[in-house]
Amino acid sequence: MELPGKYKDADMKLVISWILRGGIFLSMAIVFIGGAIFIYRHGHSITDYRVFKGVPYFIHDTGGIIQGVFNIKGQAIIQLGIILLIATPIIRVVFSAIGFLLEKDYLYTFITLLVLLIIVGSMLSGNLG
Amino acid sequence: MSVIVFTVILLLGSYFAGLLGSLTGLGGGFVIIPLLTLVLHVDIHYAIGASLVSVIATSSGSAAAYVKEGFTNIRLGMFLEIATTAGALVGAMLAIYFPVQLIAILFGIVLISSAIMSLWKKAEHITTEKTFLARKLKLGGTYPVNDEMMEYGVSNIAGGFFMMIFAGIISGLLGIGSGALKVVAMDGVMRIPFKVSTTTSNFMIGVTAAASAVVYLQRGYIHPGIAMPVVLGVLAGALSGSRILVNSTSSVWLRRIFAIVVSIIAIQMIYNGITGKI
Repeated sequence: MELPGKYKDADMKLVISWILRGGIFLSMAIVFIGGAIFIYRHGHSITDYRVFKGVPYFIHDTGGIIQGVFNIKGQAIIQLGIILLIATPIIRVVFSAIGFLLEKDYLYTFITLLVLLIIVGSMLSGNLG
Repeated sequence: MSVIVFTVILLLGSYFAGLLGSLTGLGGGFVIIPLLTLVLHVDIHYAIGASLVSVIATSSGSAAAYVKEGFTNIRLGMFLEIATTAGALVGAMLAIYFPVQLIAILFGIVLISSAIMSLWKKAEHITTEKTFLARKLKLGGTYPVNDEMMEYGVSNIAGGFFMMIFAGIISGLLGIGSGALKVVAMDGVMRIPFKVSTTTSNFMIGVTAAASAVVYLQRGYIHPGIAMPVVLGVLAGALSGSRILVNSTSSVWLRRIFAIVVSIIAIQMIYNGITGKI
């Protein structure tokens, strides 16, 4: 990256475009691999999503998902890809904040951080339930 | 139904949903939720979770391309994302307390209004006047028209911001991008050129959906067995859709047919909501 101040909107647009593309490609590849493993193992099991029961217990939290990924569990790998997909636009916001800071646009650095704060608040509110 | 049959049906259905959503500009969520709930009898909370994930994938995919072309107004998007993410958080919270029937009815109503709005021939009003707030927030911008950069201003920022809170709530509550509402706020209320409003709306949809997806994820609404075929199918469909060049006459017809189909689905959703069959 260039010196602060030389940094332009055009650079930020390129970085944002690259993050979005990369995030989608990577997350979809992981979801695909997880899906293939899931179908290979459980293709003939019977599904029942008529009644809401949440997700299987072993992928309830981040720790369980990571453990499941290491044990090559299809559903855990899919969930990892989905988390990465959800993170992609959030990472984009983080990089926008850095970009505005490098442009010395402090008003927009603040606005971007405010958006991040709302998303973090959203994450925490989910934890309460 | 076995996992493999369920996955194949959902993959194909999601592919067509993504294709139609991209060709008509309405987004894939509109077909996915009725497909899951009415045809496959999946609980509506799972359907909302899966649809929301697919919304993030398709909007980020097209946003990546638009940002590079220079139509997206990043500052305007960022500023309005305060409203949409706050709204999305409220919407995701409300979804927990909203009865399932009410969600289905509301979904049907939003579906019909979006279909009607997509048929409306809108007149483009571009303003170059810069209001005090627009100057302060650096919201105006330029966009490419036939290799020339055209300047535009932004009017009624407070009104647009308010509409965006509403769009965020709907997105968080129903698991759709609510792109139609965002575009109305931008070209109807804030008088932004069409090209800029559609691309900036797309840019915002991913972040808006992510704000409520983090809540849904923790509440177990996003099930890997459902989200996997939905997200892969919708994204593939949207990619094919963006490669098909639709000429303007057939695009009008496509929109009309889609609006009729969508209205029938919407009535079915409302009916099932009222009779409690959802």
